[in-house]
Amino acid sequence: MTLNSFWFLLIAILWIGYFILEGFDFGVGILLRVLGKNEAERRTLLTTLGPIWDGNEVWLLVAGGATFAAFPEWYATLFSGFYLPLFLILLSLIIRGVAFEYRSKYGSPTWRNRWDFAISISSFIPALLWGVAFSNIVRGIPLHTSKLGNVEYAGGFFNLLNLYSLLGGVTTLFLFITHGAIFISLKTDGELRIKARFLAIRTGLVTAVLAVSYLLWTLIGLTHKSLVILGSLLIVITWIASLAFNFLGKEGWSFVFSSLTTALVVATLFEALYPNVLPSNNGSLGLNIFNASSSHYTLKVMTIVAVFMTPIVLLYQGWTYWIFRKRISPNQISDPHKGVLDHLHQ
Amino acid sequence: MGSLEIARWQFAITTIYHFIFVPITIGSGFLVAGLQTAWYRTSQEKYLRATKFFGKLFLINFAIGVVTGIVQEFQFGMNWSTYSRFVGDIFGAPLAMEGLLAFFLESTFLGLWIFGWDYLPKKIHLATIWLAATGTLISAYFILAANSWMQHPVGYKINPMKGRAELTNIFSVLFQKTALSTFFHTITSTFLCSGALFAGVAGYLVLKGKYVEIMKPVLKVGLITVIISFLLVGVTGDYTARVMTSQQPMKMAAAEALYNSKTNAPFSLFTIGSLDGSHSVFQIGIPSFLSIMSHGSPNSQVEGINDLQAQYINKYGPGSYKPVIWLAYWSFRLMIGFGALAALIAFLALWKIRRNKTLTGGKWLQGAMILLPILPVVGISFGWIFTESARQPWIVFGLQKTATAVSPQVNSGEVWTTMIVFTLLYGILAIIEFGLMIRTIKVGPDVTSPISKSEHDQTLVIAY
Ligand code: HDD
Ligand code: HEM
Ligand code: HEM
Repeated sequence: MTLNSFWFLLIAILWIGYFILEGFDFGVGILLRVLGKNEAERRTLLTTLGPIWDGNEVWLLVAGGATFAAFPEWYATLFSGFYLPLFLILLSLIIRGVAFEYRSKYGSPTWRNRWDFAISISSFIPALLWGVAFSNIVRGIPLHTSKLGNVEYAGGFFNLLNLYSLLGGVTTLFLFITHGAIFISLKTDGELRIKARFLAIRTGLVTAVLAVSYLLWTLIGLTHKSLVILGSLLIVITWIASLAFNFLGKEGWSFVFSSLTTALVVATLFEALYPNVLPSNNGSLGLNIFNASSSHYTLKVMTIVAVFMTPIVLLYQGWTYWIFRKRISPNQISDPHKGVLDHLHQ
Repeated sequence: MGSLEIARWQFAITTIYHFIFVPITIGSGFLVAGLQTAWYRTSQEKYLRATKFFGKLFLINFAIGVVTGIVQEFQFGMNWSTYSRFVGDIFGAPLAMEGLLAFFLESTFLGLWIFGWDYLPKKIHLATIWLAATGTLISAYFILAANSWMQHPVGYKINPMKGRAELTNIFSVLFQKTALSTFFHTITSTFLCSGALFAGVAGYLVLKGKYVEIMKPVLKVGLITVIISFLLVGVTGDYTARVMTSQQPMKMAAAEALYNSKTNAPFSLFTIGSLDGSHSVFQIGIPSFLSIMSHGSPNSQVEGINDLQAQYINKYGPGSYKPVIWLAYWSFRLMIGFGALAALIAFLALWKIRRNKTLTGGKWLQGAMILLPILPVVGISFGWIFTESARQPWIVFGLQKTATAVSPQVNSGEVWTTMIVFTLLYGILAIIEFGLMIRTIKVGPDVTSPISKSEHDQTLVIAY
């Protein structure tokens, strides 16, 4: 394998990590007001994310940084091209992070409602837009080569909102909602756990319909289909397994399989993309792992760092999940309406 | 304004904003870790109360640092794509390393610290905050190494085929003098900021006669931190100035509004330049001090703006190589001035404590305590305004001009949109964060809840 392919693989892995982890964060965020009917339930839901959401988001930052280091042309063309959608995602991530940290500081219902609303919306937008973005990447976008010889995006905001990409967006949206519901059923106890399980089945079926149509559409127009077909089949199988385990009340396995499905979706999209990184759909030169990449030396340096650091990161992040493995139930929240900043006097 | 100017404003706004919260975070992480260590060692309740109280302030602040950092990571690609293509081979590496080595560390262990009080053994819990704090330090190192490369590119060659700079030696990028001096200067100034925050808050509460037992040790530690770090900031700043003068002489000339080369150059305390920026009209200065600061000897020659401009035209072709001189001049002075003012307040307060054992004083001292945390943060921002604006017209010194670095196909409407929305959102967040900080201080440390929880309560970790 060339270093270029290796970095393509590594970036795919970073996105897989990101979507598995922040995928359920998004799901929980979207469901915060749907499943969390009272303060105790909402705080339970937020507490399941509390220790981990920032660590999950770092997968995105590293995916971004790794793209910059290994494929600077990809980084430059992609993020300047997908300017407004990326902007919306960034806005959402800003609001979401702050909302997690600040919403329970005061007990005031207005304060909390506003933040809860912010959490739902700011989880919804990226869950949808990431699907839109990746669909466009896989399908190709209008590009042109500038006078300086750089490959630049040649479309506008609305070129990115076509039917195929919107279908991709709705698919990831429902995938993450279901993945999040399964996570909730794994991490909470009591009524919340049951409600989440039932919800997961319903949204899971919707996801299945969407995903199958999306995968079929992805296959049209691909030249190298076999691995993508295999990936699609595995996606369907793992998803059925996840829903079946959910039905049987085996939440742990259900979560393992919904994570696998998420991983396979990303892997399949990257497989469909390979060896391109940003193909063009208007006949002009696109970007691939060779013409977008850094020099051999940089790739080598980064490979050493990545090979050394990634296992360590996985180890300590895994340890965090282990430490916080206990279920949380709403009746453990002793005084759900009280914020730490509420009482001015003791 | 064209998209270049707006993109520049946007970068300046978002980065300065990020760097209001970050220095507080970096220093505070270590100070909180220190407080918790004191509790671990002595088992005295006051240290635990202080740890939790300042931990709260630290986290409120950290949240904004994190979310604004996300924008930083992507805006090079969004607004500065030509720059990203040109430098990505080199600049991307420290950025990716920062993520792998620092962001994962700080975010994961901070999560463990916040929620781990009752889950982890005391010793391991203490280790989590030290690791998180270390993460912030590593983060600062890599990002500053990246920035230092923009100030002084090393370890690269130009690939004419690809029209970009390519990395030839990662060690020279990571360990060049510029990176080291910038790192030490910046880190010492982050301790100045956080020491001032701790001292200001503790001092304010002590003056009000509240929680005196808990706050007194914090006040002392904070004040001493301010004074020591100010001295270190001065030492590292002096070294930084020398490195800078040899690498970017125009910056020092602008900082001093020194128009013509001079030996025994004075350090200017006040200068008025002519309108076209080619000579000074009026100047008061300290004799020879600039020569000493730049080269360590009073007789050495310091190059002036006009001579450098002529040299650069020879070297790089026609154009203006002068930064905005009044901005460089005043931001340099305000950086030092605001930091020094903080140190002065800290010194006076410490003096008072020495005599009376506790802090007493009138309204003015209370006012000074409120002002104390704000001063170094303003100073540090001026330091960056100086560093970055006096590098202009270069985005990468000697290699790429800022004017050529923007994303060509992003139109000004789009940049306006993002700039306005980010600015508004950041403004709102600042108000909210500031409100929460004030409120936390007003509520004060929690002195009622039991120190350690019974076996039965172990799962009650409700921080959210
Ligand atoms: C309040 C904080 C603070 C204080 C009191 C000082 N500085 Fe500073 N200074 C910074 C905070 C800072 C900074 C914001 O952290 C900068 C921006 C970039 C950097 O490396 O540090 C900076 C930059 C900076 C630079 C520009 C580096 C470059 O452009 O390459 C120089 C020459 C100095 N400082 C020198 C000094 C000297 C001689 C000081 C005398 C006491 C001093 N600083 C006090
Ligand atoms: C690694 C860290 C940093 C990098 C890579 C970096 C990079 C850049 C870039 C790309 C620009 C755009 C060029 C321009 O607008 O002129 C810029 C400008 C600027 N940056 Fe930095 N910067 C860094 C750190 C900071 C920090 C921490 C601050 C302040 C808190 C800061 C303040 C500014 C300002 C004020 C400008 C505008 C200068 C001008 O336009 O005249 N920078 N910097
Ligand atoms: C312009 C370049 C910069 C970029 C791309 C950048 C990127 C980021 C990102 C992505 C985060 C969020 C990490 C998380 O989710 O935990 C962050 C936070 C942080 N950044 Fe920056 N940053 C920049 C400038 C700086 C500078 C100049 C420093 C220090 C000297 C710094 C130090 C930190 C620290 C310590 C944190 C974590 C603490 C906090 O969030 O307050 N950053 N940065």
